[in-house]
Amino acid sequence: MTDHPRVPRTLPRFSSTFDPATLAEIRRASATGIYDIRGGGAKRKLPNFDDLLFLGASISRYPLEGYRERCGTDVVLGTRFAKKPIELKIPITIAGMSFGSLSAQAKEALGRGASTMGTSTTTGDGGMTQEERGHSSILVYQYLPSRYGMNPEDLRKADAIEIVVGQGAKPGGGGMLLGQKISPRVAAMRTLPEGIDQRSACRHPDWTGPDDLEIKIEELREITNWEKPIYVKVGASRPYYDTALAVKSGADVIVIDGMQGGTAATQDVFIEHVGIPTLAAIRPAVKALEDLGLHRKVQLIVSGGIRNGADVAKALALGADAVSIGTAALVALGDNDPAWEADYQALGTTAGAYDDWHEGKDPAGITTQDPALAARLDPVAAGRRLANYLSVLTLEAQTIARACGKSHVHNLEPEDLVALTVEAAAMAGVPLAGTDWVPGGVRY
Amino acid sequence: MTPAPNLATAGLAGPEAETIDLGTDSVRDLNSRLQAVQPGANATRFHVLNPAGRHALAVGLTAPLSVEIDGHAGYYCAGMNALASVTVNGNTGIGVAENMMSGFVHVKGDAGASAGATAHGGMLLVEGNAASRCGISMKGIDIVVKGSVGAMSAFMAQAGTLIVLGDAGDALGDSIYEARLYVRGTVKSLGADCIEKPMRDEHRAEIAEKLAAAGITGVDVGAFRRYGSARGLYNFHVDNAGAY
Repeated sequence: MTDHPRVPRTLPRFSSTFDPATLAEIRRASATGIYDIRGGGAKRKLPNFDDLLFLGASISRYPLEGYRERCGTDVVLGTRFAKKPIELKIPITIAGMSFGSLSAQAKEALGRGASTMGTSTTTGDGGMTQEERGHSSILVYQYLPSRYGMNPEDLRKADAIEIVVGQGAKPGGGGMLLGQKISPRVAAMRTLPEGIDQRSACRHPDWTGPDDLEIKIEELREITNWEKPIYVKVGASRPYYDTALAVKSGADVIVIDGMQGGTAATQDVFIEHVGIPTLAAIRPAVKALEDLGLHRKVQLIVSGGIRNGADVAKALALGADAVSIGTAALVALGDNDPAWEADYQALGTTAGAYDDWHEGKDPAGITTQDPALAARLDPVAAGRRLANYLSVLTLEAQTIARACGKSHVHNLEPEDLVALTVEAAAMAGVPLAGTDWVPGGVRY
Repeated sequence: MTPAPNLATAGLAGPEAETIDLGTDSVRDLNSRLQAVQPGANATRFHVLNPAGRHALAVGLTAPLSVEIDGHAGYYCAGMNALASVTVNGNTGIGVAENMMSGFVHVKGDAGASAGATAHGGMLLVEGNAASRCGISMKGIDIVVKGSVGAMSAFMAQAGTLIVLGDAGDALGDSIYEARLYVRGTVKSLGADCIEKPMRDEHRAEIAEKLAAAGITGVDVGAFRRYGSARGLYNFHVDNAGAY
């Protein structure tokens, strides 16, 4: 009798469809009966700014000297109707994030960092705190469906008003600040009992549609003596039409937030499956402004997944006047810092992946109302880190702009870009690298 | 006990009113004039003619002045009012007294949808009917409606009182928090987490006080029924998903 040779076995093979993360989610859903809620933006791989490249100067274009020749970064927002437009030194703003979802220290740090760099920060659902007003030289006051903490006195203290229709993480969705984060101060600001889940409505209580919005904007202007720039923020889903309708309604500034834009707390299925990537939203919005003859007259701010100066430069080249950062700003403050790894492990996660911002247990003291955790964040040092980061974003964007021969970052243009993938080429409306082929196109 | 002040007549006495005619002046002219009045100023009474349904009339006021609008007003009349008393001798469009902080707004006719929306304080008196979503997301205002209110009134109402002498439409108090609702007539249906609650003396006294402040007399406070939150949906639980 001869021995049979050992039969080779196939390797264990995971399904692409039912991958480990999917299996884990099915088990979690089976055990709890409730969808997964988390913070942050879309985590799936999406066509993004990394799929674009700048061409740089060559024989047909000449560059500017990197450390000698000026490359401007200033931007003025609200030039259409507001008596007092906002003048920013850099085209990078801090997106709306609420006191409640963030600690007072984090809000203060955002204000400090933004003010150091001459840019604006933004309130969120829940109203304006004295920390952020006091430490923000330029503060945008959000006007949200819940109107938590909304009052005319704060409205007049603001430098601009942002009417929030939606956000990129959840176009069409409202919000829920869970009871764990409803401290006495948060509860009082929102006129609600402590410890209950606070829902933020998905529609405004006293207007629907662009005709009503036009009247609402008129009211806000009348209350504030037509001084404040009025932004309209929408989650990216139908950017051409939303931009056109916001312009029709009288907005000074349009804010388009792509699906990579973060949220304090939303269903994972909403974050990952509703809305469109930031990259896909810019050209249609710019096209709407161009069709109305208002590009650069009504300013466009783009947000959702901006991480570095290349992203900033690419957004501006596609036609934005400024960008806004949220998640990246929190990381600059200290969010998901490996220094707190032991604490992240104790929460069943790891630094870099922590997204249970709604639970109020943030080891970095940012997305929490726990006094002990919040005290971990030094607002002065964190504000300095944010200023450093904003500075790097600006320097990087300038570096690229100079390489493309631009004396101002706003002189960047789609012609400076090519795409690495067919998808990105179609979304951004620029040629596939090495070809003159622009697939798709913006056909409105 | 000191009787409650009658807010409906409190602002109508005093020096002669300054007239602003919207047949010739703009809404900007009107609001600029009204917003320029500082507390303690001599000119505190204003008579607005020919409003013709214009929007955003008498918004963002910050002083205890008295404004009488002779005719119909459009959207957001007296929006974000603080301290002022605004009377509309006509109907109002959507969002009258929206986000009011304090003061008194008196609509002699009917009010459109979302009357008193998100308002934090003061009193809104509607002599006629108020359309849907009256008192939506109210945060402390007192609303008195002598007629009826439409569907979804007091939706997500957080604080304050809504007193309806007539009837209430569908889904009254849907997803209500701590606001107190009193209805004398019928309620077509209650919204999610809104229930009828027993009337006690304190509630009858509260109604009497608010009605007196609104200048309404001769109403049997015992005829009202009280509605408020069952507080069953205050913290999200999957077993309650069917309630929404």
